[in-house]
Amino acid sequence: MIPLAIVGLYLVAVVYVGVFAFRRSDRRAGAEDFFLAGRSLGPFVFVLSLFGTNMTAFSILGSSGHAFSNGIVTYGLMASSSALIIPLSLFFIGTRIWSLGHRHGFMTPVQMFRDRWECGHIGTVIFVVQAVLLVPYIIVGVMGGGTTLAALSGGLVPYWAGGALVALVVMSYVFFGGMRGTAWVNTLQTLMFLAFGLLAVAVVGAGMGGFGHVFTEMLDTPGQAALLTRERISPWYFFSYTFIPLSSIAFPHIGIFCLTAKKLTHFKRTVILYPICMLAIWLPCVFLGVAANRATDVPAIKAKLDARATLATAGPTLDATERDRLRRTASGDDVMLRLVEHYAPVWLIGLLGASVMAAVMASDSQILALSTMFTEDVFTFYGGTARFGPNVQVQMGRLFVVLLTVVAYAIALRVPQSIFDLASQFAFAGYSALSPLLVAALFWRRSTKWGALAVVIWVAIGIAAVAAVQINVPAPAGPPTVLWTLGEVAVLSRAAAGLLVFNLLPVVPLTIGSVLLMGLVSVLTPPPGERTLARYF
Amino acid sequence: MTALVLLLFFALHQDLWLWRTSSPLVFGVLPPGLAYHAAYTLAVSLIMAVLVRRAWPSHLEGEESGDGTPGGRA
Repeated sequence: MIPLAIVGLYLVAVVYVGVFAFRRSDRRAGAEDFFLAGRSLGPFVFVLSLFGTNMTAFSILGSSGHAFSNGIVTYGLMASSSALIIPLSLFFIGTRIWSLGHRHGFMTPVQMFRDRWECGHIGTVIFVVQAVLLVPYIIVGVMGGGTTLAALSGGLVPYWAGGALVALVVMSYVFFGGMRGTAWVNTLQTLMFLAFGLLAVAVVGAGMGGFGHVFTEMLDTPGQAALLTRERISPWYFFSYTFIPLSSIAFPHIGIFCLTAKKLTHFKRTVILYPICMLAIWLPCVFLGVAANRATDVPAIKAKLDARATLATAGPTLDATERDRLRRTASGDDVMLRLVEHYAPVWLIGLLGASVMAAVMASDSQILALSTMFTEDVFTFYGGTARFGPNVQVQMGRLFVVLLTVVAYAIALRVPQSIFDLASQFAFAGYSALSPLLVAALFWRRSTKWGALAVVIWVAIGIAAVAAVQINVPAPAGPPTVLWTLGEVAVLSRAAAGLLVFNLLPVVPLTIGSVLLMGLVSVLTPPPGERTLARYF
Repeated sequence: MTALVLLLFFALHQDLWLWRTSSPLVFGVLPPGLAYHAAYTLAVSLIMAVLVRRAWPSHLEGEESGDGTPGGRA
């Protein structure tokens, strides 16, 4: 009950933060105050909140689970690549978004695209594709809340009630606090992550008898030594993963967040500290995930290792149902929870639970971003604010927050999580492939709205095609199944982790295709007028 | 020059030379591949500090006033 009480305290605290932010808000300032915290965030809140906005439940549970199954490669795949690409994109793109937002009053990326490329309905198409890619992410957040509270309470809080509670808490502080409340909650979340990582390593390490001994044993154990290398992952797969962090700056909630800094100089500390925050959170999680392979005294982890061994020895001979059951058992998504449960005192389990809840509630930024996009890119653009006034715009934004949360909760109760887990994976590939839109708008004078439209259509069709293949072709038990070859070259393959194109993740051809289409279509179509270009270059 | 350094850093992320190396453990606990990427992350922070110092887009800092009206047309 103590862990559940700590989680409860955390939930009360974040609602209070939302209400406090509401009291601090300047209600006369209207939409900018609610959606962008009045463009007034200080350096401390900006760096921690931006980092927290990028962290999801995957950062703690998923990273350790992935490392449990795949070894140390998890850190290079997801952490060190993000530590390079995300600060660089903030440095080169985020600063320009901030500057243009301050100069021209933009509140969303679509507003900038409309202005930059002199377009209207094409901006609406970009809004629709961005929204479709973002919604699964929000639903996964609500689902995560339900499953986490159910797990932490040992089933005392049912899934539907946990999901409802989390949805209600997120909705409350976003509704009242807007961007200010969301940023403060994300700051608290990042501080909790940082504290948890260090504590967990110290406590679990002591419980397991020291990590030196654990890793030396792994080196001496056939089948486990490979987890300390990357020999199970192709270098091409590793390379293609470096395209995924391009999605960060293209996600609307990150682009919009760049507009909240009071000063451009706040980006300086952010880009320098971002890699250090990545290290402080991801290294302990990956490290513990790998070490969990020696935690055979934890019954749940022993069951996972047994299931993995059965899959390795008899996988291809098993029927699909049994294979799926073993895969679910072997999945490492809860290893961190199991390690902490077994080795740590109850208060640390509570801190973990609260950290996981904080991560799960990262959907707050996406809900607020969609609300901002709806009110600015649709309601205001099609004349709503001019007709009804700025106060109605803010109320419309709040109403949208409620509607979106209710719809996300209703869907979370009815549809299996695996579908949305998959959809949110595609969101990363989709947003990475949309990133050339930002680069072209900010750095290439000759880019046009038709080039932008071609990119958006390409990404929408590409993601739908990849999803269709991945859903209809079952994951192989062993090496990838080749679906299409050209001569000796495997063009399309279905691996356990998903579809591969020329042995690369689909994000690579999708992003390269976007770049080519933007270039080709732009040079064939008329550029924006000189007056518009003069505002940008 | 900046672009070259950044390209070099991107290339250094693909540490093929440590792909199959599992020992010796760095500081007695960290597998070499993990230690390399942890050090790489710290080095990225240093590179970002140099980038901020030498290539900061200060021309964007003075552009805080404007017409404040989002453009675009239907």
